[in-house]
Amino acid sequence: MSVALVNLSNDAPEATGASAVRPSLADAWRVISEVADPEIPSVSIIELGILRGVRWDVDDPESLVVTVTPTYSGCPATEMIAASIRSALTTAGFDLLRIETSLAPAWTTDWITPEGRRKLRDFGIAPPDGAKAVTSTGAVAIDVAGISPLRRSTAAIACPRCTSKRTELLSQFGSAACKAHYRCLDCLEPFDYFKPH
Amino acid sequence: MTASIPATRNEALFQYLLRLADSPLVLAQRLGEWIGHGPALEEDIAQANVGLDLLGQARLWLGLAGEVEARYALAGRDEDQLAFLRDSADFRNLLLVEQPNGSFADTAARQFLFDAWHVLLLSELSRSGDARIAGIAAKAAKEATYHIERSADWVIRLGDGTDESHMRMQAAIDALWTYTGEMFTPDAIELELIDAGVAADVRSLAEPWRRHVHAVFEEATLTAPAEAFMQQGGKRGVHTEHLGHLLAEMQVLQRSYQGAHW
Repeated sequence: MSVALVNLSNDAPEATGASAVRPSLADAWRVISEVADPEIPSVSIIELGILRGVRWDVDDPESLVVTVTPTYSGCPATEMIAASIRSALTTAGFDLLRIETSLAPAWTTDWITPEGRRKLRDFGIAPPDGAKAVTSTGAVAIDVAGISPLRRSTAAIACPRCTSKRTELLSQFGSAACKAHYRCLDCLEPFDYFKPH
Repeated sequence: MTASIPATRNEALFQYLLRLADSPLVLAQRLGEWIGHGPALEEDIAQANVGLDLLGQARLWLGLAGEVEARYALAGRDEDQLAFLRDSADFRNLLLVEQPNGSFADTAARQFLFDAWHVLLLSELSRSGDARIAGIAAKAAKEATYHIERSADWVIRLGDGTDESHMRMQAAIDALWTYTGEMFTPDAIELELIDAGVAADVRSLAEPWRRHVHAVFEEATLTAPAEAFMQQGGKRGVHTEHLGHLLAEMQVLQRSYQGAHW
């Protein structure tokens, strides 16, 4: 698997020698920042940490390479996101482009931006609580004995509607694999919780 | 590095990748059978979501298997060809995961016995000398952690539940126990790849698996079955009669309309 160059800066430098008509990398970032997640349309794929890089192809400087990473292995939105990126960039004049998928390092909710977290909450989804430790090598050391069989969550997840922390877990898998299903014990509304991953 | 790998090593790697792929693939199909039949809407959705994770993992493993196959065969098959056009004798999944869904207790017990192994396996594989295997495993391990939290929870809730649920969970564990030995018994292909630093040494997973499973049984007031005869065969394509029926349903569309896509 090729390791993609990662450039998360929103004002990526323009490629040298770009002609006036040729769209720049900055243009590409701007176009992609408009691409929303199909299941959470208020949040962009940049804010969710799905976009991992945009660069010109080393072997073919006319061709744009966009690197994305799937959230969960089975996320059905992954292919739709790639199609949306392709469509948006083609419309903006990027005729030659390739979309690469990068699996390592594995996507983590730590990559969701503060703005993305705010938008999730506004959309009615409680954003992930706390950070997931990921080693720099990508290796995961799982202490199986430390995995709690009962869902004794120590974190009090705040209701995205009334902010009450008196909430309870209904199911670890909600409307999508990335979300758990909670209920607020004060306003009684059910809500999704974006699980730390 | 790739160029120096002999063809036989690539064949072994292909076979190993099929094992990694086929267990989550077959289990995903089993979980899919529950859709619309779960005991509660939340569990119906949860079961489908676990299946979806496993299906996604299987796709990653099969995709890699096809790339490896292309290095020594005339052409590598893609993930769809590998999933839908192989017969049961060519499947390399564990016998455990092809067992029928039975009651919700049977399904939960099967899931727990598998998850407890799967999370250990993936954690070990995330340190594989093969970077692509390590990458897929590191991603899948995070998902498997959520799976075992849920399945262990169900073993405890049913085991330490009513007389009826306890009886059913104990019966499920007793019936499935004979399929657990296979998870920790490497064969020649695995031993070769363990030596090469590519495969996980499943022998080293037996003790942490046993400890974890016994701890959950204790909390669930269940009795761990005594040492018994362990069935083998999944790794060499000798399956129980259930796999053929499962594949007939899973593969019917691609068998009837080869190459169909949408």
